[in-house]
Amino acid sequence: MSQAVTPDTPAAAAGGWSKRAGLLLGALVVVAMVSLFAGARYGMLLAIGLGFGIALEGMRFGFAGPWRAMILRREPSGVIAQLLSIAVVAVVAIPLLASHPGELVGAQAPVGFAMIGGAFVFGACMQIVLGCGSGTLVNAGSGNPVSLLALPFFALGSFAGAWNLIWWTDLGALPIITFGGTSGLILTLVLIALAVGLFLWRAAPGAVKLSRRHAIAALVLAALAIGNLVVAGQPWGVVYGLGLWAAKGFSVLGGELSASAFWAAAGSMERVQSSLLTDYTSLTNIGIIAGAFGVAAWRRGALSAALPGYPARAWVATVVAGFLLGYSSRLAFGCNVGAFFSGISTGSLHGWVWFVAAFCGAFYGIKLRPILGLEART
Amino acid sequence: MTRAFTASLSLVFIVALVGFDLATSDLNPYQAPAAFALGSGAVASGGFCGALPN
Repeated sequence: MSQAVTPDTPAAAAGGWSKRAGLLLGALVVVAMVSLFAGARYGMLLAIGLGFGIALEGMRFGFAGPWRAMILRREPSGVIAQLLSIAVVAVVAIPLLASHPGELVGAQAPVGFAMIGGAFVFGACMQIVLGCGSGTLVNAGSGNPVSLLALPFFALGSFAGAWNLIWWTDLGALPIITFGGTSGLILTLVLIALAVGLFLWRAAPGAVKLSRRHAIAALVLAALAIGNLVVAGQPWGVVYGLGLWAAKGFSVLGGELSASAFWAAAGSMERVQSSLLTDYTSLTNIGIIAGAFGVAAWRRGALSAALPGYPARAWVATVVAGFLLGYSSRLAFGCNVGAFFSGISTGSLHGWVWFVAAFCGAFYGIKLRPILGLEART
Repeated sequence: MTRAFTASLSLVFIVALVGFDLATSDLNPYQAPAAFALGSGAVASGGFCGALPN
């Protein structure tokens, strides 16, 4: 009689270790190949992307979930960890940007009508699919079917949003306002402290203020984000790379990018014609998906969980929300990563405005999610 | 059906994306920038979600 192999048997343990060794070896080989055939900077950015994916999935940290926890259950730990991570990056990034102008650039963008509207829509949609810019990549990599479906439409939306970006920004925008130098850093830290104070004030009695897991994840994420800035010369971003993937596909299929002011610009055309393995946000995006996959494959039993069932309207909602995530984040000059995390940590006012608008949108997304069939209605 | 199927699809998506990319564009490591932008003296020029076209 054959004996079923359980995770506790020596055979299963040996198989688990060989699988894990294979995952590590595979990651090292891919990073080495990219370093060799594209360049050391690109290999390092892929490694940083893998780090983001491993940290986010491995420590179960993200952006959409903590906002939901704060809004629904008044649990501030995740949101405070996000702000802690942003503060740590700001302490390093803002002085570096001041001392190395040109070599390093921040995630700085103008505040405008379309930017605010885009952030609001993004905040709603990221609660509908329960995945933000980085979250969609992480969840897709770890086998979440909703995020896997949303991802290609996210890319298409990002491409389309960039296509129309100039029209939207012409509706009205302020000049780019940044908080630079020592005074800018102090102002950023004061604003972060005020935001933390607000969340602590609104926290439920007895709620954990900052869990150990969240604090560690915040510090790891901050270290990786600083590494991204030092290696790439620009902060961590997600959305641009997704739009670029769709633009390359559009171009190869015979589409005419010259009809768009954004994609016809010299810099955009050059990137469309270059390899994705030389595009910073593409490399970190690929790394995030692969890193999250690696963690899911590493964990015993994580990939053997049955897929959840959803009604048809939930899948339609996922497609629409995925597209809107991409489109709105282009108008908002970034998602939770490029605008919120990197914008605030490099002293851009638009990061703060994005945070407020997206958080307001999140309230509506949380209400819409059960109506659209993505969770049991209460 | 389990998450192994969908997670594998995400990996296939990445492999297909990189394969498509390598088939339609070239890599030249001899034109690669310095390993670190910080201290390189070169102006940052990567695409970013916050940047307007130049």
